[in-house]
Amino acid sequence: MRMTTSDEDLALAAARGDGQAFASLLDRHYDRLFAFCFRMTGSRTEAEDLTQDICAALPAKLQSYERRAKVTTWLYRVALNAAHDRRRKMATYAKAATGWGDWEVARTETNAETASQIDWLTQAMALLPVDLRDTLALILDDMTHAEAAKVMRVSEGTISWRVSEAKKHLKALKEKEASQ
Amino acid sequence: MTDDLDDLKSMMTAATPTPDPAKRAADLALAQKNFDALQGSRDGLRPTSVTGRKGLWTGVKTMFGAMTSRGGLTATTALVACGFLVATPVGQEMWRGAINDRNTTTFAEELQPVVADAELDVATASRQREAVEYLAEPVPNAPVVMLGDVASGPTAQMATDNFARTLPVDGALIVPEANTETFANADESPLKITSETPVSTFSIDVDTASYAVVRSSIMRGQLPSADAARVEELINYFPYAYPAPEADGAPFRPTVSMMDTPWNADTQLVHIAIQGRMPAIQDRPPLNLVFLVDTSGSMADPTKLPLLKQSFLLMLDQLRPEDEVAIVEYAGSAGEVLAPTKAAERQVIRTALESLGAGGSTNGQGGLEQAYAVAESMTEQGEVSRVLLATDGDFNVGLSDPSALEDFIAAKRDTGTYLSVLGFGRGNLQDSTMQALAQNGNGTAAYIDTLSEAQKVLVDQLTGALFPIASDVKIQVEFDPSQIAEYRLIGYETRALNREDFNNDKVDAGDLGAGHTVTALYEVTPVGSPARLSDPLRYAAEEPAELESNEIGFLKLRYKAPGADTSQLIETPILRDQTAGSEAKFATAIAGFGQILRGSDHVTDWSIGDAIALANAHRSDDAFGYRAEAIRLMQLAATLKGN
Repeated sequence: MRMTTSDEDLALAAARGDGQAFASLLDRHYDRLFAFCFRMTGSRTEAEDLTQDICAALPAKLQSYERRAKVTTWLYRVALNAAHDRRRKMATYAKAATGWGDWEVARTETNAETASQIDWLTQAMALLPVDLRDTLALILDDMTHAEAAKVMRVSEGTISWRVSEAKKHLKALKEKEASQ
Repeated sequence: MTDDLDDLKSMMTAATPTPDPAKRAADLALAQKNFDALQGSRDGLRPTSVTGRKGLWTGVKTMFGAMTSRGGLTATTALVACGFLVATPVGQEMWRGAINDRNTTTFAEELQPVVADAELDVATASRQREAVEYLAEPVPNAPVVMLGDVASGPTAQMATDNFARTLPVDGALIVPEANTETFANADESPLKITSETPVSTFSIDVDTASYAVVRSSIMRGQLPSADAARVEELINYFPYAYPAPEADGAPFRPTVSMMDTPWNADTQLVHIAIQGRMPAIQDRPPLNLVFLVDTSGSMADPTKLPLLKQSFLLMLDQLRPEDEVAIVEYAGSAGEVLAPTKAAERQVIRTALESLGAGGSTNGQGGLEQAYAVAESMTEQGEVSRVLLATDGDFNVGLSDPSALEDFIAAKRDTGTYLSVLGFGRGNLQDSTMQALAQNGNGTAAYIDTLSEAQKVLVDQLTGALFPIASDVKIQVEFDPSQIAEYRLIGYETRALNREDFNNDKVDAGDLGAGHTVTALYEVTPVGSPARLSDPLRYAAEEPAELESNEIGFLKLRYKAPGADTSQLIETPILRDQTAGSEAKFATAIAGFGQILRGSDHVTDWSIGDAIALANAHRSDDAFGYRAEAIRLMQLAATLKGN
């Protein structure tokens, strides 16, 4: 028998002031949250800062958690909003947009093959408009379109459209590479 | 098309770094601190008819007053969180959510200068991060400067004084607060070398709170934190059928026996059992009980006030018509809900109990003073009075100094009014405060998480909980260094006494209730055992033991008759050939389980599964089903640990 309290129960307990429940909940989701932040920002330091922001604000956000939402949906929405806020707060929007450009530094530390792949990834992500990139950040976490739609509070159709747009961008990039 | 995404996904997976463990820990700690701060401020922030607008400042002020240095650090966060509340859009939204009241703006205005200053200092002190709210690690100086700069009102000044006093000198040593629950526990009793420290002294402990806390953690799928498990309280949770005292002798009877240690083939266990006499229940004097009920806002949870009411109703049925009951509630202000009433008038008491509602902040001391006053007015010659404090442990208003409160309770104890503490609910259970209060009040601390636990504490064991038969029971064991090389007391870390305290009747110790049993275990390493951890001294004065003697040590017990000032002594040798019975084996299983939960270094090759097997073999009668429950609990814990 596996005695595991569901995320939702933990979140409700935490919202009622149960510190241990809150600790368990965050501990469960921290790694996934960090990975999501990374996919949205494209840089380790940016992702770290963003994750920290989210952690700092999460207790307050928790008061708004309601049972009808899945915890992951709610958490990703908080993360997404935090990422938006952060981008807005950036002195220049450009700095956020070039996050994926910082990969040059990390790239030199990895082996050649991965490096070229990461390079392609960097390029590809940097090319995408922000909303498409955020959408991909969700979809790449094995989220269904329906789930991603709930997180982003848009219709499922919009998500599907964004994904196909993103694919078009990627295809265009590949073709461009092939022609070179 | 999908291939593009799959490629992207695998690349992304390869590129995604794993979080830096240190950063991860820091983030989790930060989140927890903000969480804690939010819990603390929530009660204070909510203006109620009782507290009015004063609530916030009083809360903050007394929080500082009551704080230890660890608490001080939490408060640092609380202040930062206050900044966070006002300075950021997120925080402001939260404020609007928390107080839908026109006072909000005034509050915000009051706080504004504080925040502005803090922002300035923090911005320069830390590496130019954007705002206060995301302060990664506490900057020790910032909050002090912040408060010092503010001269807006006397409360702020008071806060400064208190805060500056309690701030630890070494601000860099930050212990992350994982939870607002605090547990009284010390490091595991260290191994003692008999030739250096032949004497071990401690006070008995009949509290059971730790077991219930452990159970409530496990039942919701989490292993309890190591500090939550006090081994002696786990052991003493269970009633044991030890040999009863003789009819006209001492009020209790000690039994000492020995057995092999289940978790270490080369050591042995000394099992010390105390069985208190069960006086004829019909002879008991009338009881005077004052229910002191915490009705602060935090008690609204179903596991708190509603459970408390049901528990007291259960207990009511156990009282005799001539017993008297009074109810005092305390929230922002203390008040007598029910004047002393004979238990015969059940309906009156019931109605008063039902009328209790949660709201407001907590004023622990005001309530306590009133409860004692009521209790004293009820006491007649030869009667027992007891205050039963029921709380979730949140003494955060009106208490300026925890040690002053303990002194107050200790002084009242000497005038004959005792205090027992019942803890309810989890989340901000201040277990250490409960422990301290009950220990000073000659009472027990119990934690009630379910109605069946209430049944155990307030019905099955009511007599023991309310009628002390011996006070200040101290145990002193002297081991013979020629027989025993090393020994270790299992549990009782928070109950250790100095060797000289044993004969000093002024030193307080635990009390034994009617019919109570107390169990203590020593793990001893005989001379010549391969389990010995320390090398024998080359130049030791001790002569090698010629023969293995039967007597390996000597047990001394001191106790006072209730109300007496001088203690009496009971002595008995510890003999090898007294082999332990089934009851002792069950206690040993629980001791092993408790030590595993504590992460003990001494129980390594033994699993919870072994503890279950041992406990199962020695379930005995188990009339109330406690042992069966413990075995289920251990099974769950084993599953959790395996995950």
